[in-house]
Amino acid sequence: MVQMTMIEAVRSAMDVMLERDDNVVVFGEDVGYFGGVFRCTAGLQKKYGTSRVFDSPINESGIVGAGIGMAVYGLRPCVEVQFADYIYPAYDQLVSEAARMRYRSAGDFTAPITIRSPCGGGIFGGQTHSQSPEAIFTHVSGLKTIVPSTPYDAKGLLISAIEDDDPVVFLEPKRLYNGPFDGHHDKPARNWTSHPLGEVPEGHYNVPIGEAAIRRTGADVSIITYGTMCFVAEAAVAETGIDAEIIDLRTLLPLDIETISQSVSKTGRCLVLHEATLTSGFGAEIVAQIQERCFYALEAPIERVTGWDTPYPHAQEWDYFPGPARVGRALRSLMEVI
Amino acid sequence: MPDFGPLSFKVPEPPVRPGDEPDFSDFEVPKAGTVRRPEVDADADDMKDLATTMIRVLNRDGEAVGPWAIDMDREVLLHGLRSMLRTRAFDERMMTLQRQGKTSFYMKCTGEEAIAIGQQLALSQGDMNFPTYRQQGLLLCQDYPVVDMICQILSNARDPLRGRQLPIMYSSKKHGFFTISGNLGTQYIHAVGWAMASAIKGDTKIAAAWIGDGSTAESDFHAALVNASVYKPPVVLNIVNNQWAISSFQGLAGGDSATFAERAHGYGIPSLRVDGNDFMAVHAVSKWAIERARRNLGPTLIEWVTYRVAPHSTSDDPSKYRPREESEAWPLGDPVLRLKNHLIGLGLWSEERHLQAEAEFDEEIRVATKEAESYGVMGGGSSARDIFEDVYKDMPPHLRAQRQKMGV
Ligand SMILES: Cc1ncc(C[n+]2csc(CCOP(=O)(O)OP(=O)(O)O)c2C)c(N)n1
Ligand SMILES: [Mg+2]
Repeated sequence: MVQMTMIEAVRSAMDVMLERDDNVVVFGEDVGYFGGVFRCTAGLQKKYGTSRVFDSPINESGIVGAGIGMAVYGLRPCVEVQFADYIYPAYDQLVSEAARMRYRSAGDFTAPITIRSPCGGGIFGGQTHSQSPEAIFTHVSGLKTIVPSTPYDAKGLLISAIEDDDPVVFLEPKRLYNGPFDGHHDKPARNWTSHPLGEVPEGHYNVPIGEAAIRRTGADVSIITYGTMCFVAEAAVAETGIDAEIIDLRTLLPLDIETISQSVSKTGRCLVLHEATLTSGFGAEIVAQIQERCFYALEAPIERVTGWDTPYPHAQEWDYFPGPARVGRALRSLMEVI
Repeated sequence: MPDFGPLSFKVPEPPVRPGDEPDFSDFEVPKAGTVRRPEVDADADDMKDLATTMIRVLNRDGEAVGPWAIDMDREVLLHGLRSMLRTRAFDERMMTLQRQGKTSFYMKCTGEEAIAIGQQLALSQGDMNFPTYRQQGLLLCQDYPVVDMICQILSNARDPLRGRQLPIMYSSKKHGFFTISGNLGTQYIHAVGWAMASAIKGDTKIAAAWIGDGSTAESDFHAALVNASVYKPPVVLNIVNNQWAISSFQGLAGGDSATFAERAHGYGIPSLRVDGNDFMAVHAVSKWAIERARRNLGPTLIEWVTYRVAPHSTSDDPSKYRPREESEAWPLGDPVLRLKNHLIGLGLWSEERHLQAEAEFDEEIRVATKEAESYGVMGGGSSARDIFEDVYKDMPPHLRAQRQKMGV
């Protein structure tokens, strides 16, 4: 085990897979020589050569489209879209092509491609460097969607994603790249060096797709979340003293509804958190499934704390970001219902 | 298939990398004044040669020579040089603001100033630019209030965009400056559509589209070209080839297979390749293309050859992917220096006036910055209420409810 940042963990996953499997290729904008604007692929081109790790023209539909073509040939491309905010030109390739290829050809053609992309806010990046578009992928049948929150999970899940025979959208919360950010932007940033989940095996291992993790066990309320909001939840729990169970989904689709419903059945209360906008957000799906399974166990209406239903602003980032204060308020009001 | 060996995969590489000597030996620079100037109504077919050469006006002695050396108003010349100096002063001061932690982000256009300014001074009131983030010169050569620009960069109480946009993503319809998108290339097709609308309505306005070399790879660039080819709207299609797109050299956008200007040929669009560090060439060629548009002769594509002297942005360190000395070795020189020498040669300018102008703009921007800072820095002074405005024309009930929940 070595201590890694999430950047190093993601890089290590690609390194392991490039080493193990000749069919793995890695490409994207600024990914080759430079090693990516977040350094996630630094050193990989030097190690594996320009036929395995390379720069691509600035064309996201081309990156994903070419990746699909390679996957159809039999490769396992792991491509980078520089920011999730720039993934939309590739949406048609993902929705109409990658997602449905197995279905429409009855398994004759498949597209085992992984699309990595940094997502989420907290870096003062304005509307085009802050978005959380996961719900537009979970809405598409045929795609798997993953959002890791720790270096350990990031590596194990990325390896699983590359090995998976279906297309996977792998969203990396960029505010977690260098440390567990809990929403307290005015406090000194923490890093991964002292965090237990920053400890990562050097070699190959899997974190299975479709399994949530319980980050904290608790009796009074279940917090269902993923990505950066896992740490915001931890902070809010610490500050309110409420005995909450925190579930990190890790994979959004396929959803680990078993773990969720066991927890909610136990606590009887539930708070769903994400950075993304509220309306038609992934939280809506979680809430719907919980009420289907846990209706009679619920002691209070399920609450959601999310980004507001607006584009992501620049100056007002901390009014927009669902930080620990907002989460704490929601927790308290959930506990008040009798 | 015994006759064929195994295939191999090619990825373009720039001629040099950090640690190497800068090398522009393959970069051909025709002598100033040697490229012909067709009539504005010439056929696209009859000017294909202009997409592979380079139109240049200013020679090494600072003289304007050849068929593109048009008569120019002395006011335009002086305003051009002064605006370039103003842009440089602005860029320097804004970089400092970023280093001081007063803004989150900035992007300079050092070395590329002649292009936006040279073209803007050939456009008319009512025309519309669809710029990228590296055309601040379009605003800085007009009467756009510089304090407002800085307030946008500081995201403060007087930010005309109410804190919503990343610094430098200005917007001003009044100044013919379309709201900048962070998503590359999207504006190129908007410019074409805007120009189509002007033609549909029998208007006299034209559009200017802007894009970087790297971003020509985006699908929207190609969508713009096919629409421009089909409908022949009044639009100038600018490509600013500054050799780099963050860490990617222009060959990664296909620039080594054909010039960016040649992209137009498949669409039958007239196309010119021009020395973008030569203000005289920029202005003359812009006027030519603008006249074509106004005379209803359709679109013109122009590749401006230049060099991104500055880092991509304040988040970038170019010494990681290109030799540090590369910008000094750049064969087309400094656009400010070249115009300055020309104007001195004409007797319109002097070393002394140059120094004075530099000091004047330094002072102007310093004072403007001071005022702007008094309205807040780094998002200070912005209003949380503004988050919810302008999502729609009329705020729907769910946003009203969310705003109430936030308590603002
Ligand atoms: C759709 C999209 N993809 C990627 C990016 C990230 N990005 C911002 S600027 C840039 C390079 C653009 O280079 P170029 O078009 O040559 O313009 P220059 O910066 O040189 O002026 C990239 C890749 C983006 N903003 N939008
Ligand atoms: Mg460029």
